[in-house]
Amino acid sequence: MSEIIEVPVIEKLTSKDFVPNQDVKWCPGCGDYSVLKQVHTIFPELGVKKEDFVFVCGIGCSSRFTFYVDSYGMHSIHGRATAIASGIKASRPELSVWVVTGDGDALSIGGNHFIHILRKNFDINILLFNNQIYGLTKGQYSPTSETGKITKSSPYGSVEQPFNPAELALGAKATFVSRTLDRDPKHMQSILKKAYYHKGASFVEIYQNCPVFNDGAFFIFTDKETKKTESLFLEEGKPLVFGVNNDRGIKLDGFNPVVVDLNENGNSVNDLWIHDEKDRIKANILAGFQDMKDTNPDLPRPFGVLYAVDKPTYEDAMEEQIARVISKKGKPALDKILSGDKTWVIG
Amino acid sequence: MDTTEPTLHKFDVIEAESVVVRFSGDSGDGMQLTGTQFTDTTAFLGKDLSTFPEFPAEIRAPAGTLAGVSGFQVHFGSKEIFTAGDTYDVLVAMNAAALGNDLKNLKKGGIIITNTAGFDQKNLRLAEYPEGVNPLEDGSLANYQVYKIDVTRLTKDALKDMGLSNKDIERSKNMFVLGVLYWMFDQSPDYTLTFIKEKFSKNPLIAEANIKALKAGLNYGDTTEIFTTRFKINHSNLPTGTYRSITGNHATAIALVAASEKSGLPLFLGSYPITPASDVLHELSKYKEFRVRSFQAEDEIAAVCSAIGASYGGSLAVTSTSGPGMSLKTEAMGLALMLELPLVVLNIQRGGPSTGLPTKTEQSDLLQAMYGRHGESPLPVLASNSPADCFYTVYEACKIAAEHMTPVIVLNDGYIANGSEPWRFPTEEDLEPISVSFTTETNNKDGVFLPYKRDEKLSRPWVKPGTKGLEHRIGGLERENETGDISYEAENHEIMVKLRAAKIEKIADYIPLQTIDTGKENAKVCILGWGSTYGSIKSVSLDLIKEGYDVAHIHLRYLNPFPKNLGELLSGFETILIPEMNNGQLIRLIRDKYLLPAIGLNKIKGLPFTTLEIREKVLELLNK
Repeated sequence: MSEIIEVPVIEKLTSKDFVPNQDVKWCPGCGDYSVLKQVHTIFPELGVKKEDFVFVCGIGCSSRFTFYVDSYGMHSIHGRATAIASGIKASRPELSVWVVTGDGDALSIGGNHFIHILRKNFDINILLFNNQIYGLTKGQYSPTSETGKITKSSPYGSVEQPFNPAELALGAKATFVSRTLDRDPKHMQSILKKAYYHKGASFVEIYQNCPVFNDGAFFIFTDKETKKTESLFLEEGKPLVFGVNNDRGIKLDGFNPVVVDLNENGNSVNDLWIHDEKDRIKANILAGFQDMKDTNPDLPRPFGVLYAVDKPTYEDAMEEQIARVISKKGKPALDKILSGDKTWVIG
Repeated sequence: MDTTEPTLHKFDVIEAESVVVRFSGDSGDGMQLTGTQFTDTTAFLGKDLSTFPEFPAEIRAPAGTLAGVSGFQVHFGSKEIFTAGDTYDVLVAMNAAALGNDLKNLKKGGIIITNTAGFDQKNLRLAEYPEGVNPLEDGSLANYQVYKIDVTRLTKDALKDMGLSNKDIERSKNMFVLGVLYWMFDQSPDYTLTFIKEKFSKNPLIAEANIKALKAGLNYGDTTEIFTTRFKINHSNLPTGTYRSITGNHATAIALVAASEKSGLPLFLGSYPITPASDVLHELSKYKEFRVRSFQAEDEIAAVCSAIGASYGGSLAVTSTSGPGMSLKTEAMGLALMLELPLVVLNIQRGGPSTGLPTKTEQSDLLQAMYGRHGESPLPVLASNSPADCFYTVYEACKIAAEHMTPVIVLNDGYIANGSEPWRFPTEEDLEPISVSFTTETNNKDGVFLPYKRDEKLSRPWVKPGTKGLEHRIGGLERENETGDISYEAENHEIMVKLRAAKIEKIADYIPLQTIDTGKENAKVCILGWGSTYGSIKSVSLDLIKEGYDVAHIHLRYLNPFPKNLGELLSGFETILIPEMNNGQLIRLIRDKYLLPAIGLNKIKGLPFTTLEIREKVLELLNK
């Protein structure tokens, strides 16, 4: 038996359709350009009408993104893009809603909205540009800056410990947690698409270089000499392998990740940790790699989809509830609400 | 109860135009429920009324203490009732603390009904009576008619052999008292009997216990010879029509549903629980059959921001809160003002600043509503004047928001939000239309859409995301006039600031001219009010005019912009008195705008004005 699937006819779009008549005003060499380019590149491929995309941003360099995508968009106030996006998605579930935010916008001033939008699981895509610094306010430490960071507001070094965004997202019950980099366009494109196709709140942490205030913070993960040993690219169902000649692997010893040399006797790729996006415990261990460097210096930084599970979205649950009540009660006349159940007559 | 049946003992019948009853007891005594039942029954029997629930901020303050006293006051009668009453004729005191707290406003010679079980040593001590003093026994209440009833024991006796726990029996004692009151005011218990059966439909034993206790109270009034007085209150002369009982918060919620239906805009409420506004969220959350999307946000900021998002998406978007929440929403309201999107912001005011007096009423957020945002940021401000008026004011706010593309602030307060009155409700047909049209085609000959090109109301087009060909970006950075592109240009900023202000001023062309509520133009004293002081001012004005004094009452719904004729109207009075439950806020606006030497009367006690307080001040001005 064959099924006829109606495919909506959508005007063929190109990346040019998403480039507005507006100068881009990021600093030369900013990692933001790459993200913008990848968004312009993949958007025509998603099968969404141009007018159905909505970008919501807060404040910060990254939040200028709104102006640079020719669709609908709102440049709002600091930290609140996620809260505004909740209202858009709750009231207009058919729109494709994207939030672009930074480490200050999402994790500092907007921390509360960030964790709650993940928990509520609106089908929204959140691109967090993490440059570990405040750019627009000209160089103060951010909630992801490393301890001891020397900045304008911490001339003797920051005394704070940083957030681990992926760990925070997992703790907030995110249903999709991923990481990619500005300097790896292909990888970013694939992650952005996965984020789009994930039904639920998709969190994408993007390592983004700030050439002015925090240059080179992530170069170790993309430079030719270090990339192979410092970066781990996750693939669903595949063993955790990295290294110059793909000769290193990661095994689990209890809850502890152990880096093994596959050239050494007895170490087989068959014994390695197999990536399972649905495994919440392993996702937490992966997210924790970056904080284990002191005791486990060989651990690479994982990139890709750390965690992805399907759970009902807020807007669907809300719509279902409305439909359920309507089917049970029917839609009463407004006059019924105005009069209430108990009335009396005078005269 | 049929009044034609012979009663079993003799008593005096007092015919009264109106009576005030105060139910007072511990937070756990069910006084709010008892008061509400008494009120609904009274309303159902055709009396006009006004209520004043007053309860502590603590959910359960220590039992028996003064801090734990919960009161419910109802003023009802055959004449039109505008306030819950300055003083009461009957005080129901369920314990010593209730008496200690509320005796002060009982009329001399008034009736006290007490539960003697609430006056034991422990209760007296908790109520802070001196050691060895029991007001029921020391003669201090000689000027009142005191009925000492052991409600607790009588309820126990009535419910014995039912197999109920002591706790359940204890909980039914308020029904016994209600029964006594129904006897005293010659009111049928039928309304409450139906209520009990519905409320406890899943627990027939509890329903039976409540019914038994209620009937026991009624019979107690009828058969024991201790009561010497019974009241007779004639039917009111309210305008003919069909009525319901309504609280301000309930009226607010259904006004939003009505505005949604009449405008065709889906309704979205973003809210975070806060006293005394939470009932708006509770009530709206029930109306899923009207596709109401009620969103309990993670905080006040997310509440208003989600509403802004919904408005951007094309909904009638609302956020409800009280003072502390208003402060948190301020930045986002500035954004909504800059985006020029419709948004209804409901501030159910309470005593401030900071946490202040959460359960007490005050109207001290007017200047915040007017000026509480950074930058040049005027917004329309409206205020409701009674529980039922919340419906019309909130409906009007929705209309202004949607038709003028602006956030609108509504100032209600705890007194009218929780208070109730009979309401001759409108039908759908009676409601003014709300006309909204979304822009779907470009407004510019050159083709490029101009999101900030204004119409004759100076409002900009509302475009829903998803509209083909009109893709554009908006935001909080200053926009270029018409194009909506970001602009830091000096001239443009000044133009935009003035345009935004002119847009709000322009609303004055669309709202009704100010009328005088009571009295005549050019009277010797004009009492100018706004918000929930309406009832007190109205009562005073009616009384004084009846007594031959030359006074007038003007009450404002529109606080920004003011009605166009307000200045001219006010300039005709010799003296203007502005009573406010704050330290003088409207008076500043009036003096500032019209350079009139108004006189303030300010009460900042978390309580509504008594009519006496206003009356004395007016008489003082009249006799000058």
